[in-house]
Amino acid sequence: MGELLLLILGAVLVNNFVLSRFLGICPFLGVSKKIETATGMGIAVIFVMTLTSMICWILQYYVLEPLNLGFLQTIVFILVIAALVQLVEMIIQKIAPPLYQALGIYLPLITTNCAVLGVAILNVTKGFGFVYAVVFGFGSACGFTLAIVMFAGIRERMALGGRIPKVVDGVPIALITTAILSLAFLGFSGLVK
Amino acid sequence: MKKYWHELTKGILRENPLFIIVLGTCPSLAITTKVENGIGMGLAATFVLVCSNVFISLLRKIIPKQVRIPAFIVVIAAFVTIADLVLHAYAYPLWQALGLFIPLIVVNCIILGRAEAFAQSNNVFASFMDGVGMGLGFTLALILMSAIREILGNGTFLGMKVFGEGFDPAVMMVLPPGGFLTLGFLIAVVNAINKRMKERNT
Repeated sequence: MGELLLLILGAVLVNNFVLSRFLGICPFLGVSKKIETATGMGIAVIFVMTLTSMICWILQYYVLEPLNLGFLQTIVFILVIAALVQLVEMIIQKIAPPLYQALGIYLPLITTNCAVLGVAILNVTKGFGFVYAVVFGFGSACGFTLAIVMFAGIRERMALGGRIPKVVDGVPIALITTAILSLAFLGFSGLVK
Repeated sequence: MKKYWHELTKGILRENPLFIIVLGTCPSLAITTKVENGIGMGLAATFVLVCSNVFISLLRKIIPKQVRIPAFIVVIAAFVTIADLVLHAYAYPLWQALGLFIPLIVVNCIILGRAEAFAQSNNVFASFMDGVGMGLGFTLALILMSAIREILGNGTFLGMKVFGEGFDPAVMMVLPPGGFLTLGFLIAVVNAINKRMKERNT
């Protein structure tokens, strides 16, 4: 149990997916203008990433490896993710239409969120067992959510007080802010070995 | 002919995928700690981009509109698998350095973006030129970024020492924050240059 908690802590703070592994930067920059949409995106990603870790692990060890089809890994994983995202999209559209409107184009884009495919492949390269893989997927997604919600908060403030030079307005200032955020997260390194 | 030349050159500066359209940020932040990695990643992505552009352009009349995204992704994933296996076999150190980010070329938005925005509605040769141009633009952007990070963060360029003994590298530049910082400032510089050029033209 303790080890699993440590795994989550490591995935959220030390090796944060966005701030130190550079996974999922596109939605991180794209859907972080408002805290509500950022939270919605975060929850959708948590759901997709946990499920992806689960299904891809089972496929890898019960289908691909016994059949010696390891080289199909990338293709199979991306198809699973695409199908899952479609499912999540339908669920959100049904139960939370405003959220569906707000997430807009970024919902189908979770398919091309490299954090999702990244976690599925990392689970295999790290040789995790089933429980570890699922917990790692969940923890990493929580790290993503933490980063994007925090960043959305900062961006809302900046938009209010903003005396930002024209040249760095938009993406450049967002990246520079992320750099400072990531610098702060460097302080956590060494927390978990 | 002039049209094709335009498709080739637009990706390098005017519509540079990384600096202007801001796609493909994940790999460009992650692997640009060394110039060799930048070149390797750029060429691998270019290979996939050119092949998938040509292939999708060939199939553009066969793929039904409704299932085009999954179809594109499967085509791209197939070429990424080829690139992955080739690099594993012939360039093992590079394969190790790029690691996770080789399979992740599948979800590099540049490639799917070009398939969707260009290859599915243009002929094969134009798509080929578009792929080469965008790939080169991406590669050049990666080389520029990794050169800045390697020189400042490690004091070397392609492994050769740039400064004398007295230089103490700013390690932060090769750590994650340096990546965000470099890309942020580079995009700002490109914005400024573009603005200047537009003002001059009007």
